[in-house]
Amino acid sequence: MDLSFTNEEVAFKSEVREFIENNLPADVKDRYSRGIHFTKEGQERWQKILNSKGWLAPNWPGEYGGTGWTATQKYIFAQEMGRASAPPPMPFGVSMVGPVIYTFGNQEQKDYYLPRILQSEDWWCQGYSEPGSGSDLASLKTKAVRDGDDYIVNGQKIWTSHAQHANLIFCLVRTDQDVKAQEGISFLLIDMDSPGITLKPIIGLDTEHTLNEVFFDDVRVPVKNRIGEENKGWTYAKFLLGNERTSIARIAQSKLRCEHLREVASAERVDGGLLQDDADFMRKLNQIEVDLMALEYTELRMLSKIEHGETLTAEPSLLKIKGSEIQQRLTELLVESLGMYGAAYEALEVREGRNDQNFAPDYAHGPMAEHLYLRAATIYGGSNEIQRNIISKMVLGL
Amino acid sequence: MDFELSEEQVLLKDSIDRFVKDNYSSEDRIKLSQTDLGFSRDHWKTMAELGWLGMAFSEEVGGFGGGAVETMIMMESMGRGLVLEPFVSTVLLGGALIAEAGNEAQIEAIIPELIEGNLMLSFGYAEAQSRFNLNDVETTASKSGDGYVLNGTKAVVYHGGTADKIVISARTSGASRDADGISLFVVDTDAAGVDIRSYATVDGQRAADVRLENVTVPTTALLGAEGKAGPVIEKIIDRATGALCAEAVGAMTAANEITNEYIKTRKQFGTAIGKFQVLQHRMVDMYMEAEQSKSMSDMVAMKLDLGYEDDTRKAVSAAKAQVGKAAKFVGQQSIQLHGGMGMTDEYSIGHYFKRLTTIEMLFGNTDFHLNRFSNLS
Ligand SMILES: Cc1cc2nc3c(=O)[nH]c(=O)nc-3n(C[C@H](O)[C@H](O)[C@H](O)COP(=O)(O)OP(=O)(O)OC[C@H]3O[C@@H](n4cnc5c(N)ncnc54)[C@H](O)[C@@H]3O)c2cc1C
Ligand SMILES: Cc1cc2nc3c(=O)[nH]c(=O)nc-3n(C[C@H](O)[C@H](O)[C@H](O)COP(=O)(O)OP(=O)(O)OC[C@H]3O[C@@H](n4cnc5c(N)ncnc54)[C@H](O)[C@@H]3O)c2cc1C
Repeated sequence: MDLSFTNEEVAFKSEVREFIENNLPADVKDRYSRGIHFTKEGQERWQKILNSKGWLAPNWPGEYGGTGWTATQKYIFAQEMGRASAPPPMPFGVSMVGPVIYTFGNQEQKDYYLPRILQSEDWWCQGYSEPGSGSDLASLKTKAVRDGDDYIVNGQKIWTSHAQHANLIFCLVRTDQDVKAQEGISFLLIDMDSPGITLKPIIGLDTEHTLNEVFFDDVRVPVKNRIGEENKGWTYAKFLLGNERTSIARIAQSKLRCEHLREVASAERVDGGLLQDDADFMRKLNQIEVDLMALEYTELRMLSKIEHGETLTAEPSLLKIKGSEIQQRLTELLVESLGMYGAAYEALEVREGRNDQNFAPDYAHGPMAEHLYLRAATIYGGSNEIQRNIISKMVLGL
Repeated sequence: MDFELSEEQVLLKDSIDRFVKDNYSSEDRIKLSQTDLGFSRDHWKTMAELGWLGMAFSEEVGGFGGGAVETMIMMESMGRGLVLEPFVSTVLLGGALIAEAGNEAQIEAIIPELIEGNLMLSFGYAEAQSRFNLNDVETTASKSGDGYVLNGTKAVVYHGGTADKIVISARTSGASRDADGISLFVVDTDAAGVDIRSYATVDGQRAADVRLENVTVPTTALLGAEGKAGPVIEKIIDRATGALCAEAVGAMTAANEITNEYIKTRKQFGTAIGKFQVLQHRMVDMYMEAEQSKSMSDMVAMKLDLGYEDDTRKAVSAAKAQVGKAAKFVGQQSIQLHGGMGMTDEYSIGHYFKRLTTIEMLFGNTDFHLNRFSNLS
């Protein structure tokens, strides 16, 4: 057991910090630090910068374009990204379908898709959930029927984040009706331009368009776009969910939020003093920071297990539950820190990162939008109730 | 002691429930909140015709002599439908201040017009630095010739953009945060030097920042005695806070009904999700929070009708602390139990969550009222 960094690790940290400082576009940073949804153009610009340094997908094996970093280096990198308000790459390609492709895909799929993810040529979206299949994902009904070298896909996906930006969707589809639900699912990669696909936007609580319904009406998908074996899709799907859960803990970003809250507390006035002198407020912030620290060391402990070749079972569920709850508490507290300005919400202006109609301080523009959106953090990626079910079953044997 | 409504009170409740049922379907409300105005002048006329705008005013000033209990009944029903019209701003804040502190001429000039539905008011008390401290007033009013000159900025003035007149708290003497030395002025929104910037609030309503730059008002604009408005403001805000608690009870009750219905019908894993014990218990907790809030809201309404003592103030803060905590819990868990459906703006539940979120902050958040409760103990 040893908590300290080696000299090389310390040097690595400075290198990462310096690179991000010199290369992160200011507009991209500003949106991310306010918790406002990205623009596709800005996100792409930043991803290309990261990729040019070879740092877009640190978790990928070296042979596919990963960095070959140790767990400690990956941790340092994530910390530095969070600290600098640098948005991570879109998860759908880099952390979701990418690992599925290099783990379960064939050579042709690896050669074609992986470089395109790294170069931000493809934008992926995730076609898992359906109207009748959310928590009970395995009950999904979107159907794929073999027709020569194609599947013909019919059905509907919902809550498909950022599908309007995507040219590809990875989909779970039912290829066998007659077996146990989990045993009749396949994993398909589908071109969003295929005839028969239509998109319908869903406007969220924050009055933003990030969610969509995706309809499939006799969509032809080449069989060669299937990952792995037919009817084995559930295995690949679960592998992906495990990765998703770990990456949505967003610990580094929450750390930065804590720091930001301290800054706001040092600027907001109350009773002739400052919010940072308000014991009730600061107690809440301190409690979150302590919880976050516990989560950080839990994550490190798990990373160390992985490093030593152990496989995790339900541990990612813990990271997801605690991480998402902390994100929600932080934005809630940020809104609270603004007093009544927390209520001001001009969606159209907020979209541009501003609400110039009121005289609120600059930092008041954005937190409510994020507060609304982050209610979803305990719902998506498998709801927190489902994560608790997983821990109780897999760890506690209940 | 009796928590039951009288026959007349039941009629009042029924008439508002009917209005809400007829005019405030989820789709209607969303559409209305997206108009420029953010509410309906026709609804406002209806409210005037049905006598609701005059309900809270005493007969001496031309009202119908209802008390805090009648206000509670109205607000609870309006809360169920998330009614958007500026009832609190016009009647319970602006109007109540004039009825409480105004002289005969001021009352005659404003209250009958208000009750008729021809005049809308709003109250600008908060400032960027004041947070929830009503005495933290840096806007100034200095005597000049026959009147006063006002300077300062009022923050997040609900319905400031649609009001005909805004009651403004300003300091005529004393240091900032002194209870003494605060005065109230009735300012026409079209007066020279008044800059009103209106914007949407997250609950689908409208608020404004109001900048006053050398705004000259006549002495007749002064409401009550110069420098003595502190206690008046506290009392009127306390009464409005009681009413807000009732609105929250209505909103929480509706949110719980919608959520309860949803988990009974939504199926996952081959069964209604309401069959999962963890959701049952969550729903039970939501129900209990609403019930506890209803008890506090009723208590505070009845107390406010008995007078206004230290004990009343303490009760208001206790009620708001309970309601604030409950509003957060019920609002957030309603979304959680709906899953993805809870995150769509088209569906009703999110709008309850948003209004409950702002209710928690309005007139002092939960921590503020816990502290006030403690200081009054
Ligand atoms: C902002 C956002 C982005 C999303 N992005 C995507 C995306 O890109 N791609 C995609 O495929 N999906 C996406 N989703 C969908 C997400 O994965 C689902 O919303 C989630 O799985 C929950 O499913 P549901 O919405 O159908 O809720 P339901 O499954 O109906 O759940 C409703 C409630 O019941 C509870 N519940 C359900 N089953 C149980 C149980 N057995 N025990 C206890 N409680 C239970 C849930 O926890 C929840 O509180 C997104 C969702 C949101 C909100
Ligand atoms: C101080 C004390 C005084 C008492 N006095 C009396 C008395 O005077 N007369 C008398 O007859 N009894 C008395 N009892 C007994 C008391 O009524 C029982 O302890 C109680 O009913 C719980 O039963 P149990 O102890 O068998 O726990 P269990 O029933 O085994 O419960 C253990 C845990 O499981 C939970 N649980 C059980 N079923 C469910 C379910 N369906 N869903 C969710 N959770 C569940 C319980 O809530 C509890 O947390 C007393 C107990 C105590 C501690």
